[in-house]
Amino acid sequence: MSSPVSRGFRHLRRPSAGQEGRVPPGQYVTQGFPVLSAGPTPRTPLPEWTFSIRQDGDTLTSWTWQEFQRLPAATVTADIHCVTRWTKLDTVWRGVSMDTLLEHVEHDDPYVLAFCDGGYTSNLPVKDVTGGQAWVAFDYGGQPLESEHGGPARLLVPHLYFWKSAKWVRGLELRARDEPGFWESHGYHIYGDPWKEQRYAGD
Amino acid sequence: MERTAVRGRLTWQVATVASVRTETDSVRTLGLEVPGWPGHRAGQHLDVRLTAEDGYRAERSYSIATAGGEPVAITVERLDDGEVSPYLTGELRAGDQLELRGPIGRWFVWDPSDGGPLLLVAGGSGVVPLRAILRHRQRSGSNVPVRLLYSSRTLADVIYHRELDQYRGGAQVSYTLTRSQPPGWTGYSGRVDAAMLAEIAWPASQHPLAFVCGPTSFVEAVAEQLVALGYPAGRVKTERFGGT
Repeated sequence: MSSPVSRGFRHLRRPSAGQEGRVPPGQYVTQGFPVLSAGPTPRTPLPEWTFSIRQDGDTLTSWTWQEFQRLPAATVTADIHCVTRWTKLDTVWRGVSMDTLLEHVEHDDPYVLAFCDGGYTSNLPVKDVTGGQAWVAFDYGGQPLESEHGGPARLLVPHLYFWKSAKWVRGLELRARDEPGFWESHGYHIYGDPWKEQRYAGD
Repeated sequence: MERTAVRGRLTWQVATVASVRTETDSVRTLGLEVPGWPGHRAGQHLDVRLTAEDGYRAERSYSIATAGGEPVAITVERLDDGEVSPYLTGELRAGDQLELRGPIGRWFVWDPSDGGPLLLVAGGSGVVPLRAILRHRQRSGSNVPVRLLYSSRTLADVIYHRELDQYRGGAQVSYTLTRSQPPGWTGYSGRVDAAMLAEIAWPASQHPLAFVCGPTSFVEAVAEQLVALGYPAGRVKTERFGGT
């Protein structure tokens, strides 16, 4: 199908030098940090916070906030892409690699479901959260992550649309099958590759 | 239970602008003729795609302003540093074509069977999907009680003013003006705060369902205050825009 040309529509936001190849189709670069969420921002006091890895209803391992802070952390610089079309380049995070976390359990499940405060979930293939591709991040821009951006900790999976980087994350459930999480059950894509524009179910 | 059947891929369709209506100095409603539109639910949005003469494309999401069963319309606010909204609110004329796909979203939606009482809280153009919910309630003959609290900068910035003023009976509309109020203004003044919500919001004991839409800071504040009033987080649905 050929697209009708919008007479008089001019572009203002062509990627500038050095940004080519970093902005997926249909996205534009923002300097801000917009928020997408479905309800009130949950606020869990740090003394009550834990991060758990579960399987079949059993908790295989769990860290308190203090224990989590003692795990080896990495500084990560990444471009992030929100399904609502903003892309933010060179964001700087600090967090624990999922490789580090998953080393503590033995499993051969191909999927995880991240679970979060507020009842949110998001599904991811294990191959997308291992191999240095995903973190549980608790600092953003050198500061503790603000609650409206998912603090105290959120997933960071920058190669997928940013809703997959689940806010307020509290753990992972290992899964034999891929089952849709919260946004994936409400019309969004099961996988969410920004370079293939997998925004909505069926894309 | 999910009432919208899972469809295949949402494909881009050519829509024709059927009507252009000026709502305020910076806001227009575009009535759209979309052949084969599958219908939508109140609160859903759609994606618009514009193509420039040199092939450059830009996409944006807009809330659908009408009830399911009505023709598709979007209400667009001009953002002065925006790329798409100045075009949609300035250049576009009836008869022009653009591409869209939708409807999108199955969370921020309401049907009479979802019940209530309903509390709708809007900041600025966040009123658009809430207006769709009000129209859907009206058209479907629902008697679910609803209250809308709508925050605007000035009276001249109120979108759908005349239409909203016509609601009676089970639908109650309150306004607050944050920047300036005309002489004799009898509505609320200032930002939505805990005291205003305590007056307008249904008591949590009535198991209300709340929809909040507006800029991020507005939505954050209102949602937090509703939780403080005893609304369970799962009964407060939010949608945000802006921030760029």
